[in-house]
Amino acid sequence: MITAKTARKQEILEAVIIRFVGDSGDGMQLTGTQFSDTSAMLGNDIATFPKFPAEIRAPQGSLYGVSGFQVHIGSIEISTPGDNVDLLVAMNPAGLKTNLHAVKPGHTIIVDTDAFTKKNIEKAKYESNPLQDGSLENYRVIEVAMTSLTKEALKDLEGLDNKSILRSKNMFALGMVYWMYDRTTEHTIEFLNKKFKTNPLIIEANTKVLNSGYYFAETLELIPNAYTISPAKMAAGTYRIIMGNTALAWGFLAAAEKSGLELYLGSYPITPASDILHELVKHKHFGVKALQAEDEIAGITSAIGASFAGDLALTTTSGPGLALKGEALGLAMMIELPLVVVNVQRGGPSTGLPTKTEQSDLLQTMYGRNGESPVIVIAASTPANCFDYAYEAARLTLEHMTPVVLLSDGYIANGSAPWKIKSVDEMPEIKTNIMREAKENWHPYDRDENTLARNWAIPGTKGLEHRIGGLEKERVTGNVSYDPDNHQLMTTIRAEKIKRVQNYIPELRTEFAEEGDLLVVGWGGTYGPLYSAVKELKEAGYTSIGYAHFNYINPLPKNTEAILAKFKKIIVCELNTGQFAAVLRMNFNGFNFLQLNKIQGLPFSNGELVQKFKELAH
Amino acid sequence: METTAEKKYTFKDFTSDQEVRWCPGCDDYAILRAMQKALPEMNVKKEDVVFISGIGCSSRFPYYMDTYGMHSIHGRAPAIATGVKLANPDLSVWVITGDGDAMAIGGNHFIHVLRRNINLNIILFNNEIYGLTKGQFSPTSLVGQKTKSSPNGNTQPPFSPGELALGAQARFFARIGGNTPKEMTQLFIECEKFKGTSLIEVLQNCPIFNDGCFEEFTNKDVRTDKQMFVEHGKPMIFGKDRDKGVVLNGLKLEVVTIGEDGITEKDILVHNAKEQDPTLHQMLVRLHYPKVTGIIRSFEDTTLEERMNSLTAEVKANSSFRKTNDLFFAGETYEVN
Repeated sequence: MITAKTARKQEILEAVIIRFVGDSGDGMQLTGTQFSDTSAMLGNDIATFPKFPAEIRAPQGSLYGVSGFQVHIGSIEISTPGDNVDLLVAMNPAGLKTNLHAVKPGHTIIVDTDAFTKKNIEKAKYESNPLQDGSLENYRVIEVAMTSLTKEALKDLEGLDNKSILRSKNMFALGMVYWMYDRTTEHTIEFLNKKFKTNPLIIEANTKVLNSGYYFAETLELIPNAYTISPAKMAAGTYRIIMGNTALAWGFLAAAEKSGLELYLGSYPITPASDILHELVKHKHFGVKALQAEDEIAGITSAIGASFAGDLALTTTSGPGLALKGEALGLAMMIELPLVVVNVQRGGPSTGLPTKTEQSDLLQTMYGRNGESPVIVIAASTPANCFDYAYEAARLTLEHMTPVVLLSDGYIANGSAPWKIKSVDEMPEIKTNIMREAKENWHPYDRDENTLARNWAIPGTKGLEHRIGGLEKERVTGNVSYDPDNHQLMTTIRAEKIKRVQNYIPELRTEFAEEGDLLVVGWGGTYGPLYSAVKELKEAGYTSIGYAHFNYINPLPKNTEAILAKFKKIIVCELNTGQFAAVLRMNFNGFNFLQLNKIQGLPFSNGELVQKFKELAH
Repeated sequence: METTAEKKYTFKDFTSDQEVRWCPGCDDYAILRAMQKALPEMNVKKEDVVFISGIGCSSRFPYYMDTYGMHSIHGRAPAIATGVKLANPDLSVWVITGDGDAMAIGGNHFIHVLRRNINLNIILFNNEIYGLTKGQFSPTSLVGQKTKSSPNGNTQPPFSPGELALGAQARFFARIGGNTPKEMTQLFIECEKFKGTSLIEVLQNCPIFNDGCFEEFTNKDVRTDKQMFVEHGKPMIFGKDRDKGVVLNGLKLEVVTIGEDGITEKDILVHNAKEQDPTLHQMLVRLHYPKVTGIIRSFEDTTLEERMNSLTAEVKANSSFRKTNDLFFAGETYEVN
């Protein structure tokens, strides 16, 4: 335990991982977000991951009520929020207890000693005070009486109640960490001024406490070292920090503008997808129409109605909601209307682990409907590219006239990262299949000869009145048909239509090695951890490990088999028990697909990946 | 929507080329013809008319109308129609549903569409039986009713569509017998005029699985005596001799005879369909003798799309965002060189 004063020694670090933990009400999410935003503004690459309990306000001091926020910042490329942390800021014993395992041995822990009361220590199920019993010998523990210091800092401020005083102690911790990592408090002060515009007293209090923490760290020199992190080498341009769910919502805004259509969202709240609804309802200025429906089924069916009437239609959900939407998704496929379904996956089955991440809805997405009912399936893989794949989902559904399911997951949905802002002007064109006016010999099921997309005749257009529905369609007129040959033909057409999407999506590419001993395969939200692990191995001399990441699941990219054939071993890594591996086996014969699966509600850790790949690369 | 139709339509303009496939003698034919006759009398263009149905015998209806239409999935028509209307409020949107479709599998959408008061029309074909699946009891079947799935009699008490609708805050509710097409045509025209969700319950005979279910008050010989067709602003009088009327006795409706016990026409209740308080409308819905038909409730209120549109207009007026770039590049951005 370090208690002696140490002179400040400036170190330059490539990357650092910090975790802020405390009670749900301690403001840890805000503290973490402020630290990552400030770092991004200084030019660091960042990746963040919030960890909050399923309970909204769990009992104070309890182990299950701990809320945390992890941020990974660096002067190098950052692909994940990281596994083990360099600095843990624990606002109470429960936070320390539940997060100590993640602190790298020898690294730093800052605790609020005022929170280590007998009662709180008992609530955290410690038998003795961990600050006194020697159990933290292997760490640098910085003990700060944050609560008292916060009270002291605010003692001259009149009119502030005790609750508000205690609430601002997270700013004390933030101030300290700002000084340690050589960040300024400027961005956060600006933020406070904006957020509490109507309450000058709260602005003053928080600013005072923030500065006190900063000066405390500086003048009392209690901190063993201070670090600075230089800006990362990132492509030039204008950036902002964006969360996956926000990026996803914005991708649809961009697609609506580009295609000239109005955006309709039918949605029912569900963790972890609700933030997409929260984001889109803010954008009525772009004409977004959002209906919080009575249930998941009304979410998708109202979107089908909006699509029939000519809107770019969207419904958002998570696993259990997708199950409820299954029948309606089949209808959208049958009547061949554009529709995007977003599934932000969480731990399953049933209610499962709502606030945790998993990739176990893949087979439900592919096959979870009655009859032969293929749909396009794509998956975003980073918080920032949620924007691109939302846009892509809209482009594919509008151009191919069949539903698209876009998969995300709790990890990338709640994580944030720098996003090099894309203007709508630089996004690809979107060509709709809208029939603007009547013509001779027109039929609702006339198709584009290349894509097989049927035309989109929208109510309100004179002379194109027609009926569609869930019963099998006659192949041209769309009238009800029970003809056996017609049913076989229509089944083939609907499948072929999906297959032909291959001609309109990018080929699969490999990173780090184009051929060799081992191909690491991933899909969706595991990109960050897999990429970092293979990169680390390459830098350590493992030059024959390649990495292929799938964003297009159905159909698979055309060149998939050619890429698989270039490696001696293939390992498919996913956060389920092997669903994508099963899809690959169904599509490609003669390969031995090894599997690395994890089903703990958590992302892959760097350590487990590196170890596994090393074993296989021999 | 432009309010002047370009040409005068006839019922043929709304008749599709598809062969109608309901059972011979089904009231659905009368409803279809009433609709095809009503549409030319409405101020709507053919291309603006959309019929959305769920599943069931009645839900084949859109195929027979030469308008835009969707025969969707079981129970979901109100939700689909909501999306259609929000996407394009200029359309004249109709939901075609039955007692099973609306009140069993689609019960949730049915009550919520009424609560929201979006401007669309719902025609509920109530025959107190499942027809398409060949004769099981429905949520409006009577206790004791013997059906394929209740051979010893139904044990589940029924919903009254009108009571359920008023409980769900329906602003417009009308009821009509399936064998009075002239009045039905008029009601269709009235419900299109009404701004808000309009619900018409058609008492529809199923000659195959529930023949004669409403006979006691729809039969031609008895209906003037057993039915009371109400009109807003007019006294509640019925009967072949127009001598029966309804009065309020304490908290109950009571049938009286004009000219007996000193009762004059002045004592008879005058129907106020436009009253916000639905208490009396509920009582009329519940009345068994006489069975009340016509527009029971017609209370004009703000619609969902009016609320949404005014919010959008307000947000647009106060926002500096016109293009998505305005949003993407606003706020906390930073440059990397």
